[in-house]
Amino acid sequence: MDDRKANWPLTIFLLIVSAPILIMYLWLFIDSISEINVESIWPQKFTLRNWRFLTEEIIGHGSVWTATLNTTIFATSVVTIVVVLSSTAGYALSRLKFPFRAQFLGFVLLLHSFPSVTLIISIFLMLRMIGLYDTLIGVILVKAALELPFGIWIMKGFYDTVPWEIEMAGLQDGASRFQVWYKLVLPQIMPGVAALAIFSFMAGWSEFVLPLILAPSSDARLLSVYLAGLLIDDYLSDFGLFKAVGLFYVVPVMIFYLFTQDKLMNIYGGGTKG
Amino acid sequence: MEIRLEKFSKSFGPVRVIEDMDLTIGDCEMIALLGPSGCGKTTTLYAVCGIHRVTSGRIWFGDKDVTALPPQKKNVGVVFQSFALYPHLSVYENIAFPLRIRKDSAADIEHSVKEVAGILHMDELLDRRPGQLSGGQQQRVALARALVRKPDVLLMDEPLANLDAGLRLEMRSEIRRIQQESGCTSILVTHDQVEAMSMCDRIALMNEGKIQQIGTPDEMYQQPRNRFVAGFIGNPPISFCDGVIQDNRFVTEGLEFEIPDRLEAASMTAGQKVTIGVRPEYLRPEFAAAIEGEITFVESQGREVLYDLTLAGGKVFRSIQGGGPKFKLGENVRWGIDIGAVFFFDGQGNRI
Repeated sequence: MDDRKANWPLTIFLLIVSAPILIMYLWLFIDSISEINVESIWPQKFTLRNWRFLTEEIIGHGSVWTATLNTTIFATSVVTIVVVLSSTAGYALSRLKFPFRAQFLGFVLLLHSFPSVTLIISIFLMLRMIGLYDTLIGVILVKAALELPFGIWIMKGFYDTVPWEIEMAGLQDGASRFQVWYKLVLPQIMPGVAALAIFSFMAGWSEFVLPLILAPSSDARLLSVYLAGLLIDDYLSDFGLFKAVGLFYVVPVMIFYLFTQDKLMNIYGGGTKG
Repeated sequence: MEIRLEKFSKSFGPVRVIEDMDLTIGDCEMIALLGPSGCGKTTTLYAVCGIHRVTSGRIWFGDKDVTALPPQKKNVGVVFQSFALYPHLSVYENIAFPLRIRKDSAADIEHSVKEVAGILHMDELLDRRPGQLSGGQQQRVALARALVRKPDVLLMDEPLANLDAGLRLEMRSEIRRIQQESGCTSILVTHDQVEAMSMCDRIALMNEGKIQQIGTPDEMYQQPRNRFVAGFIGNPPISFCDGVIQDNRFVTEGLEFEIPDRLEAASMTAGQKVTIGVRPEYLRPEFAAAIEGEITFVESQGREVLYDLTLAGGKVFRSIQGGGPKFKLGENVRWGIDIGAVFFFDGQGNRI
């Protein structure tokens, strides 16, 4: 408690700086359960009408539950692909000698810093060609591919901190190279794997541009696209509904973030300590 | 089990680290690979355990050729310099790891781990994590993990380098005790001559990828084969001095004495350049061959006092004497050398 007291000035400063964001979220919540006249900023009356989308389909937009399910599948698939490929590729790049290793690393870094939106037209054409346009699988593959350079680079950094001698000791104790990786090295970079998984999940959950362009139809629609659809619907200018869906969209991620933020910090700490 | 290295060579790319090394380690023997850093001793160790591939030559365990075997196929226990414990596993699981990989039954594993933990006096540590242990305890875990599957050969890479001084002394005798109890043929890699001399049956002193001399600690000290061995073994170190042979006398600026009879018969020609090596304990007031100079350094080590004696020509000799500081800095003294104990080296550095 003494520490916190000493930090009071800092706490107050941070509160002031983040007040606009907090107030925005608070207002989002209040608006979603109130009736408001267009000319007023103060809510007039409590209502749950804005949350009707939970039980009924909004005409022309389909069920929010389909979009939620799609988003969950989308985010978890991206996490799975990114974690599995990054943790194996990162190990190879950190530990194994193979031709063009340095060039490959440089290329991965280049891809990471490359603005992915500029690729969107060619990706669109490619998906059309192989028949994955407007499917969930297609957009999952694209999103995972775009997240991979970051994941590989981060995982390589974590592997680099594991001492070689641990692997030598493992080999000497009779373990195969795969057993050494799976039983001895991987457990030591679990903080990194967890952080990458959380990071990819949030990136997947909040992805908007890729699904908007590559999976626009209602079967494969994600929550972000669903939400945007409500906003641009000329016949249905229901801001209360829009705010309620927005809150519905953001709450899982906020709860998730509250429970995992300490793990997420690892990724920015460079993986020096778990 | 006997270990034999035959014309073992190891290169990293164009760099030849070890060339044509022959070494035989007897059953149950503990040998030290001693040498300055970069001499190839750790490379040799890694080749024996199989982590490094051998460039040429053969390695034998008993009558089995293990040159090309990967580390998993050799029953070799290794203690690494950093101990290389698995931080996410308990001490028990660390020690049990080689057995689990070998798929021993749970009962066998428990029995073996308890047994080796008993030998190393660490039964009460088994539930802890490596991070909760002191350096000496981590060292014991590393040793237990190497010994638990009853290896043919035990290899230790600078096992004491990461311990503080007091612990080092304790673990020195502890490792020797365990090695003798287990009867495991062992190789100890170290750069510390005291460790090598106190722990091992024999020492192989290496320099620049070659074995300079193999022998018991006493042989190495009393019969060094060349100048490098004489200079490396012994603390405080030996003093060297260049000079020439004239009329059966060794002559240099400020020092002259008759060479012993055994050397006259050897091929010592007049005018030949030689280097003498005098260990500090053979330079004292009571010895015969006179040597005069000024005391330029005094260091009390408690029981003994270390002096530097600088001759008129600038040559410096070290002397170690018991019985407290009897001489002062700057004092001119006339001491003596025990000629019988002086080493003579030829121009190539080989002992004559």
